[in-house]
Amino acid sequence: MSDDLAQFRATIRTWLEQNCPEEMRDGAVGEDSTCWGGKNWNFTSDAQKIWLERCAAKGYTVPTWPVEYGGAGMNREQEKIWLEELRAINGRLPLQSFGIWMLGPALLHFGSHEQKLHYLPPIARGEIRWCQGYSEPGAGSDLASVQTRGEDKGDHWLVNGQKIWTSYADKADWIFALIRTDREAKKHLGISFLLIDMTSPGVSTKPIRLISGKSPFCETFFDNVEVPKEQIVGTENRGWDVAKYLLTHEREMISGSGMLAGSARSLGAILAEDGGLDEPVLRADVMRAEIDGLAFGLTLERYKDQAEAGQGTGDASAMLKYMGTELNKRRQELVMAGAGSDALSWEDERAPHWLRSKANSIEGGTSEVMLSIISRRILGLPG
Amino acid sequence: MLADAARGFLDDAAPLTKLRGLRDAGKTHDPALWTEMAQMGWTGVLVPEEAGGSDMGHAAACVLAEEMGKTLAPTPFLSTAVIAATALRQVASDRATAALSKIADGTVTYALAIDEGKKFDPETVELTAEKDGNGFRLSGRKRFVVDGGFADRLLVLARTDGGLTLFDIPADRAGISRNATPMIDSRDAAEIDFDKVEATGEDVLGQVDAAMTVLQPALEAGQAALAAEMTGLAAGAFGMTVGYLKERKQFGMLIGSFQALQHRAADLWCECEVTASAILHAGRMLDSDPQAATLAVSLAKARAADTAQRAVQEGVQMHGGIGMTDEFDMGFYMRRARVGAEWLGDYGYHAGVVARLRGF
Ligand SMILES: Cc1cc2nc3c(=O)[nH]c(=O)nc-3n(C[C@H](O)[C@H](O)[C@H](O)COP(=O)(O)OP(=O)(O)OC[C@H]3O[C@@H](n4cnc5c(N)ncnc54)[C@H](O)[C@@H]3O)c2cc1C
Ligand SMILES: Cc1cc2nc3c(=O)[nH]c(=O)nc-3n(C[C@H](O)[C@H](O)[C@H](O)COP(=O)(O)OP(=O)(O)OC[C@H]3O[C@@H](n4cnc5c(N)ncnc54)[C@H](O)[C@@H]3O)c2cc1C
Repeated sequence: MSDDLAQFRATIRTWLEQNCPEEMRDGAVGEDSTCWGGKNWNFTSDAQKIWLERCAAKGYTVPTWPVEYGGAGMNREQEKIWLEELRAINGRLPLQSFGIWMLGPALLHFGSHEQKLHYLPPIARGEIRWCQGYSEPGAGSDLASVQTRGEDKGDHWLVNGQKIWTSYADKADWIFALIRTDREAKKHLGISFLLIDMTSPGVSTKPIRLISGKSPFCETFFDNVEVPKEQIVGTENRGWDVAKYLLTHEREMISGSGMLAGSARSLGAILAEDGGLDEPVLRADVMRAEIDGLAFGLTLERYKDQAEAGQGTGDASAMLKYMGTELNKRRQELVMAGAGSDALSWEDERAPHWLRSKANSIEGGTSEVMLSIISRRILGLPG
Repeated sequence: MLADAARGFLDDAAPLTKLRGLRDAGKTHDPALWTEMAQMGWTGVLVPEEAGGSDMGHAAACVLAEEMGKTLAPTPFLSTAVIAATALRQVASDRATAALSKIADGTVTYALAIDEGKKFDPETVELTAEKDGNGFRLSGRKRFVVDGGFADRLLVLARTDGGLTLFDIPADRAGISRNATPMIDSRDAAEIDFDKVEATGEDVLGQVDAAMTVLQPALEAGQAALAAEMTGLAAGAFGMTVGYLKERKQFGMLIGSFQALQHRAADLWCECEVTASAILHAGRMLDSDPQAATLAVSLAKARAADTAQRAVQEGVQMHGGIGMTDEFDMGFYMRRARVGAEWLGDYGYHAGVVARLRGF
């Protein structure tokens, strides 16, 4: 067993050595250096393109997915080794996307074999970029109140309504959306999970500017959009099951933002080097954040180890999301405090990161909603 | 599995009423309970099999300590089975092996005498061991010697000419006077005076002037196990609190249906989970890579102190008036959490270690 893993590690190491372009070994993790893929994607360099193609050919963009759907069929132990080796050379992830984080796991669980074969490989290869059409102006935390409706027209649904806060809707090729297909049923039992081509007639988007100065999210409008019947995941009117399952994966992914606090270089060391750690109150706060960050990193690993590869962490994802995002917000506050007036110019990258982090505890379900989930489903307190 | 077995035993042999009963009887130790633990192999959890131990390792010792913490089992497990056993294990001598087998069979108890000031700080020890012929004379005062009131033997950290030296001596040796301290956690601790106490070269554990080689691993083992105990304590207090939220009614409904309490309980559960990860990691590191375990241990101790103190404070608060009464057990958790937070280094001490090892 451990011999096999050692062998596996050696293989990965050699492959990375031979295939990861020099420019992709800068350890960059920010939103700007990420390759998101899709038809509209402009590669920032040849290296980024080559790196994606090489990884996709091996299934390394989605290491734990089955080979027939574009993955490498790794188990959790192997995936860990892949990530460790990638980190060891400071390599960038070849591709990140909502398709990988969210739709993929949901399709693997709820999709038909045909749907998996049709939708998953283009996600793995970075050819199709997905966005998430959950939230609406009247349905945020109370997500099951979505009103965007789909009328049954025999071979298709006719979709009308509006989504909001749709991240990267203006750049995405397809959207997975929660659509009310039964207006009589109780709110959780009248929703279907539909896959919609963003180039369909009647779909339009309008960007919204964020406090960080960027505008990665949009309003998305559906005006008599025809959606073929086969583009449903799971059963008609049972889309809530798919939606919830997907959310546990989304939450687990977002919780990783707190992991930066557990990374190899400590926040304290970075701030100290920059001369920002002399003030005793700040120093004490940084020490606490360091302790909490390390312990949170161990927790993320522990839960991922417990979960079957690809199955996610279930209700505990609420805990990971809550703790991870609150931690990341704390960390960003400390970064700003440590940097003092150095970080107050728009030319400094720290301010936008700090501002963006405030969304972590909102997107994918707010901290308060996470605490309510834990209270009800894990502690069994009366709803 | 070990946890389940331990829980089964402790629920019978050492529920919270055990500690309460000892306190009401004016006692701090129950030799019969210790003997039973020896029979199950717990006192020898870190004793090699050659010396009659069960040698289950640090992760297992942490599991046992955690379960004991849930019901505040009053035993010298940490002082004897974890700290003294780990110290003795660092020394390869017949004498050490003999001492270890006595720990395993439950016929000896130990206490660790380090602190002299109000905070844990081994480096500043002033109790001196003066050269006297072939041996030494120990003079000075130790305080907050946990289990020091009843222990058969003492591990004493003393200053010698070229550094610090650790002595392993019987607690009733001439010149030693022990004053039991009435501790808030109803457990044993003593102030101990050493008046020219005689010690031979034989009594030195490890090398003269090199106490830390032996003591450092013992302290880390103790800190990890204490962290585990406090995590169990937090779980015990938290379980009691959540139980109360599901049972107490005000305003015509269960108080557990008020979101103000639900969210605080959920937040506390998250804190407990994160701390549990740090404990597991510390136990594993001590077993797999003890030389590199310092960070993991200090992380565990800092987190555990913090979480336990939050758990007991929220525990009292969410119980309302009844949480303040002695008749109710929450006070026992609260007082033990305070003592555990100080013993073997408080939050600030361990946060300092973490910061240093993380490069700032
Ligand atoms: C940067 C960013 C990107 C996003 N990307 C996407 C995306 O791609 N696709 C998508 O569908 N959505 C996206 N969202 C939307 C996000 O999921 C919602 O903002 C979130 O679910 C909260 O909904 P809301 O904004 O309507 O707030 P509300 O639900 O109105 O909440 C307002 C406040 O009330 C609190 N609250 C609400 N209900 C309760 C309750 N029962 N108990 C206690 N407190 C409560 C909330 O916690 C919050 O503090 C994104 C959001 C952000 C900020
Ligand atoms: C030392 C001491 C001295 C006292 N002296 C006196 C005295 O002299 N005279 C006297 O009459 N009383 C006295 N009291 C009683 C005191 O006023 C009550 O304990 C207090 O009002 C709380 O009531 P309770 O203990 O029944 O707790 P509960 O009401 O049962 O409360 C339990 C928990 O639930 C919470 N809770 C309850 N309802 C809600 C809600 N709607 N939303 C959110 N959270 C809620 C509470 O905040 C608490 O955390 C004393 C109490 C103490 C501890």
